[in-house]
Order: sequence, then structure tokens, then C-alpha cells
Amino acid sequence: MEGSLNMVGLGLAAIGPGVGIGLIFAAYINGVARQPEARSVLQGIAILGFALAEALFIIAIGLAFAI
Amino acid sequence: MSTRIVAESGFHSPGPADFEFPPLFGEGTFFTKPMLVIVLGTIAVGAFFYFAARRSTLVPGKLQFAGEAVYGFVRDGIARDAIGREGIKYVPYLVTLFGFIAVLNISGIIPVLQLPATSKIAIPLFLALISWVIYNYVGISRQGFGGYFKNMMFPPGVPKAIYPLLAPLEFFSTFIVRPFTLTLRLTFNMFAGHLVLLLTILGGEYLIFEYQGLVGIAAGSVSILFSIVLTFFEAFVQILQAYVFVLLSAIYIGGALSHEH
Repeated sequence: MEGSLNMVGLGLAAIGPGVGIGLIFAAYINGVARQPEARSVLQGIAILGFALAEALFIIAIGLAFAI
Repeated sequence: MSTRIVAESGFHSPGPADFEFPPLFGEGTFFTKPMLVIVLGTIAVGAFFYFAARRSTLVPGKLQFAGEAVYGFVRDGIARDAIGREGIKYVPYLVTLFGFIAVLNISGIIPVLQLPATSKIAIPLFLALISWVIYNYVGISRQGFGGYFKNMMFPPGVPKAIYPLLAPLEFFSTFIVRPFTLTLRLTFNMFAGHLVLLLTILGGEYLIFEYQGLVGIAAGSVSILFSIVLTFFEAFVQILQAYVFVLLSAIYIGGALSHEH
């Protein structure tokens, strides 16, 4: 089986954002559980944090296929 | 470097090559499938908002209700939250952006089309550049050329000793990283999503029809079932990414409008 080492690196690159996104949503769920009425405020912040953390991995995908 | 993995048995796993399309009307013409998706998507968005707003009544019909739901979501959920009271001025741009991106993303799971046009980098790049021009224009016209750069590169409330380090970073972040990440986030989310759908569907088809045997049919069925689940997940991601793109555009506009940052 042939392949590219890029894909192994891509898998490794998924670890960091994976942990980060997990932490973000854990904090979001905690916040909503403690204060359900804050849900609408927290939702935007959580998704924003998710998008920023995910950007790292998305750049990694781009580089894995481009280089 | 080759990114295609070729197994001995002859299954070609999907890769970036699956995003290159020949012209639709034979050699020499320029009209490709992504272009077709863009044209259809533009017509769909335009028609949707035109017919939703054409005969607006006090008690909305189904279509008017749908149009107002999209408009209200962007106005209250994005513009008002991220920009503030002045946000109402930018709602037309944000609604158009949201509708356009959402439809081009969703084209990835519409049967027959099945190609998210936003996975071609030109489209998100162009949209990100429009947002880039808008938030810089808004910032410069609001705070003046010098004021905009001063507020951006030298945010108040930071120790003076940090400025030599902070100013180039802020400059780099605002002018280069922001449009770059806006583009890449949308493009490669759609790219990766389309790739995973291709892999599960083509892989399942290969296992059932080529590999055969009990193992092939069982594994292939699981793969096809999984592709159905992934299609729903993909629909969620596609709407979410349209929301994220518009939300970040609105946050950048809001940041350029406000004085303290």
C-alpha cells in the first residue's frame, strides 16, 4: 500500500484542535447547565471559539494536500 | 508528492483530483460544473428572496415567513450581536452573504449536483476579499486613516513596552491572517466534507459490487449507511460554516467601527 506521509501528519495535527474544541464545548455545556438563560449569549461565543480553534486543523488540511 | 493512495486491488481513493472538472460542453469551452452550480445557486437565492419579498402581507405566507426567518436570524443573531445598534446598515450585505454561501454549500448534498461550489478556493477567496475591503473601508472612513491604523496596531490599555512586539502582529493579523483564514476555513471544510462523502459512498459501492463476498457486502452496506448519516452531518456543517463566515465578517466590521480596538 502506498501513501503519503502528509496524511500521517494530518492525523497528528487533528489532536490539538480536537482537544481544544472539546474544551470549548465542555465549557459551553457547563455554562448552560449552570445558567440555562445564558444559552443564547454563550452559543455565539462557543461557535466563534470553535471556528477559531478549528482553523488550525483546516489550514493543516490545506497544506497536506498542497505540499 | 502524490496524495492518491492506490491499493493493489484497484480502488482509487478520492483525492484533490476529484475536484478538477472538464468543461461541460466539450473541449475548448470554459463552462465547468462548479460554474453551473454557482449560476444555479445565484438564481436560487435571488428567486427565493425576490418571491419572499414580492407581495409581502401583514400575515406572512409560507415563503414570506421563510424569507423573514432567514433575514431575522441574520439581523438579530449576527448583526445586532456582533456589531451593535449600527449593525442594521450592514444587514443587506450579511443576508446576501449568508444566503449565497449557504446555498453554494448545500449544493454539496443536493442529488445530481453534489458538489459544494465553495470547495473551489476562488469563491471563498473572493467573498473574503469583499469582506476585507468592507471592514477596512468602514474603519478608515469612521476613524480616519491614521486613527484606524493607530487603534488597530496600538490598542490602548497595553503596557508601552509590549508595542514593538504587538504592532506588527496586529497588523499581520488584521490584513493578512483574517482574509486568509476566512477563505481557508470555508474552502477546506467543504473540501474535506465532500471528500469524506466520496470516500464512504464510492468505497461502499466498490466493496459491494467489485469486492463482493460476504465480507464485502457487509462492510459495503455499513459504509453506505454511514454515508447517509454523514450526509446529515454535512448539511449541519454546511449551514454552520455559512454562519461562521458571516459571523466573523460581522465581528470584523464591528471591530473596525468601535473606537477602543
